Amino acid sequence: MPTTELFLYTLQLADSTLLMGQRHSEWTGHGPVLEQDIAITNIALDYLGQSRNLYQYAASLYNNAPETEKAAMDKYIPRLWKSFQRELQEDDLAFLREEHQFLNVLLTELPRGDWAFTVLKEFFYSAFLMNLYQDLLHSTDNQLAAIGEKSVKEVSYHLRWSSEWVIRLGDGTEESNTRLNNALADIWMFTGELFVPAAYEQIVVQQGVIKDPQLYKEPWQEKVRTIFQQALLDVPTPSWMQHGGKEGRHTEHMGYLLAEMQQLQRTYPNATW
Amino acid sequence: MNQTIIKYYYGDYGDKEMPSGAGQHSPVANEWPLWEVFIRSKQGLDHKHVGSLHAADARMAIENARDVYTRRQEGVSIWVVESKYIHASNPDDAESFYEPANDKVYRHPTFYDLPDELTHM
Repeated sequence: MPTTELFLYTLQLADSTLLMGQRHSEWTGHGPVLEQDIAITNIALDYLGQSRNLYQYAASLYNNAPETEKAAMDKYIPRLWKSFQRELQEDDLAFLREEHQFLNVLLTELPRGDWAFTVLKEFFYSAFLMNLYQDLLHSTDNQLAAIGEKSVKEVSYHLRWSSEWVIRLGDGTEESNTRLNNALADIWMFTGELFVPAAYEQIVVQQGVIKDPQLYKEPWQEKVRTIFQQALLDVPTPSWMQHGGKEGRHTEHMGYLLAEMQQLQRTYPNATW
Repeated sequence: MNQTIIKYYYGDYGDKEMPSGAGQHSPVANEWPLWEVFIRSKQGLDHKHVGSLHAADARMAIENARDVYTRRQEGVSIWVVESKYIHASNPDDAESFYEPANDKVYRHPTFYDLPDELTHM
């Protein structure tokens, strides 16, 4: 079975979870209260752990692929790595790839915003991941199944935590409700991309490794309706959705994010500590 | 030209946390209530007091306790109770409370004759 598409799909998940972790970690030391500072940092670490597993898997897919397949994956392999003369590793994929080589969904690269923005983004993404991981743990691909099984427990807590914050802020004070509604207006157009498979994703679906992400739209909407009802929020009417992240076309925030995240490995390649 | 430099402290609250009380600092109105946290470890039979934290309600207190006090697998069960419901003895009462027990050695089970066969006591 060709692995290029599976490699790209794994990267897509790895990139998305890495950036969720990166953005959340910007709260470390700046949380609204000590307890929530620790909570968001725990979540950031969970995401980082998930992305590590996925990058390790992606690297092994590349390293074990036949030369013809490697040529197809080449577009997504960091140029700098080729001078290292060693096997591809997780850090190369995370810290040396360029903007157009990243396949994360756009939602995950948005700046952290205020607390309302962060918890709403976390709610939307973990509600999606919950469905995805629950299916992934039954995947025919053993490695993805193992990652799904480990991650579903983490995400189920993230979903619970973020749902409660959405309810608290929505049904809170006038200001908290306003902030949450502002966040909703900014984030909503980035939620559609979650459920639209990229070309390589469709092939992985056809191979029977994953389910079609369109199937997750209905349960996701149901979850959003339930929580929004308690949070006294209106679910936005269907509107135009922004796409592109899964194909490597990113928002204006992406370059700054990568510059900060990758600065160390780009300045001191192969640095360890 | 006047430049105002604001130094931000933990939490970036800005006006609320400005030094020297220049901000509108009203801790009682702004802070969540304090909760005491009790954790039962895997091997333990009892919940032990591990510390306290702030939370808006019981549900948030349990989740905060999970995030703050069980990061290294310290426990399998959490109790929280709002600190205001805990009544404590007064340190000033220490003399009358505890000292009378000092000379009552017979309250310890040390006056029994043990059979020689009993070795693990």
